[in-house]
Amino acid sequence: MKNKALTAFAALAISAPMVFAGGADDDTLAIDGQEMISKAAAPAHMADTAVDTVISGWHFREDDTQAMQADTFDNPGMIAVDQAMDAWNTVEGSAEKSCATCHEGPESMTGVRAVYPKWNEEAGSVRTLAMQINDCRTNQMGADAYKYDSGPMAAMEALISVQSRGMPVNVAIDGPVAEVWEQGKELYYTRTGQLELSCANCHEDNYGNYIRADHLSQGQINGFPTYRLKNAKLNTVHGRFKGCVRDTRAETYSPGSAEFIALELYVASRGNGLSVEGPSVRN
Amino acid sequence: MKLTGISAAVVICATAAIANPITPGEVQFDDYGAIQASLSGSDGDAANGAKVMTSRGKGNCVACHAVTALNDAPFHGEVGPTLDGIADYRSAEELRGIVANAKMTFEGSVMPAFYKTSGFIRPGNGYTGKAAKEEDLSPILTAQEIEDVVAFLLTLKGS
Ligand code: HEC
Ligand code: HEC
Repeated sequence: MKNKALTAFAALAISAPMVFAGGADDDTLAIDGQEMISKAAAPAHMADTAVDTVISGWHFREDDTQAMQADTFDNPGMIAVDQAMDAWNTVEGSAEKSCATCHEGPESMTGVRAVYPKWNEEAGSVRTLAMQINDCRTNQMGADAYKYDSGPMAAMEALISVQSRGMPVNVAIDGPVAEVWEQGKELYYTRTGQLELSCANCHEDNYGNYIRADHLSQGQINGFPTYRLKNAKLNTVHGRFKGCVRDTRAETYSPGSAEFIALELYVASRGNGLSVEGPSVRN
Repeated sequence: MKLTGISAAVVICATAAIANPITPGEVQFDDYGAIQASLSGSDGDAANGAKVMTSRGKGNCVACHAVTALNDAPFHGEVGPTLDGIADYRSAEELRGIVANAKMTFEGSVMPAFYKTSGFIRPGNGYTGKAAKEEDLSPILTAQEIEDVVAFLLTLKGS
């Protein structure tokens, strides 16, 4: 009850034209009534940063964009989830299998999104969800890999993310992944390109501030894949990273590259404690 | 053939001598980070400076700074301080230094250096995301554009 009153108040305040309020808003994100953890105490590994609360990118968006995500019927990203549901059941490749052959329904994927990227013992490397999807396609099904940041990949990631919706992100950063995590952390703080900006310059030092027309968030990835109104499609984590690096007037890394895998692990770990929200809606 | 080549080179040198621009590598910052002399050797044009400050592909200063005098360009940023009244407390020399390379005045600043062509990590070819060779890089603003921006900033006096 208390929450509801607060939400209504916040909505009123924000409907005023273009306030340079700064910071995240105080709304509550509930998707189809299920409340999300959209703010959480920063994970221990961020103790040496000025960030004490990690915040979903949802809090930095305008009311109408926020509302689209809160109702799955209004969320354009859910169309891709339906498409991926078909792909889930479609037999493809030389082994004549579908995802369903090995995994039954997609609800068998509950909890998966929350812990990726993670160490794969057999491969002896860190695996992102996209890499795992492609490993199943090529090695189990004998089908072609999806292009790393393609529509079908984003859709399959969305279907798998929905199964964990609301569960807190809980990516491991120690043990065998520690070295890759450190590499990702280093990339996060590296100032690239002719503008000499790092991820941290925008998403740690300046979240809440407006940079031109955009309200800077913490650059969290708990809501990925993300439906962006700007390009009217689902966007992958590496697709977003690529855009942000390009905007520093830098040579980007490629989707699926070792650098972006490490960066994904590190950025995911900065969202430990936030709910899985994908597919989210952003501008 | 040879002769033409030589005379072309002479012409270029001569033009350069007249305009007298200081290249990014030659810029002298004082201890404070200020630059004493005009980078182009000429005065700045404040009207063009205003254009440079609001153009996306140029200074795009309003992405980070609010400037009341430039309110025609929408959505000013909040990453840097407002530049209203800046001329009341900053000299031309200081402003030139800050615009050319703010990191010489504010250590570690997020403000990009607009007159610098080396020492970058993974420099790109504009906003294409493709690699650029360092020797092919031009500064984000030309010497004259820096002077134009400085001239505009000097018009920003308190009300
Ligand atoms: C020049 C500023 C700038 C830099 C540098 C930058 N970003 Fe961003 N980023 C933005 C803006 C603006 C947005 C869109 C608004 C928002 O969500 O913050 C954005 C959005 C994002 C998002 C989407 C967040 C969401 O909720 O959907 C992620 C993830 C992200 N950035 C990660 C990164 C990473 C990782 C780096 C470094 C490799 C980086 N960014 C560098 C400006 C920047
Ligand atoms: C990415 C953000 C960003 C951009 C783009 C940017 N600035 Fe800045 N600017 C800053 C920040 C932040 C500061 C404050 C200094 C500091 O602490 O780093 C600053 C400081 C300044 C100052 C000194 C203010 C004072 O009070 O002494 C001037 C002048 C200035 N900027 C002018 C410009 C001009 C002109 C442009 C474009 C050609 C520009 N800036 C582009 C972020 C930016």
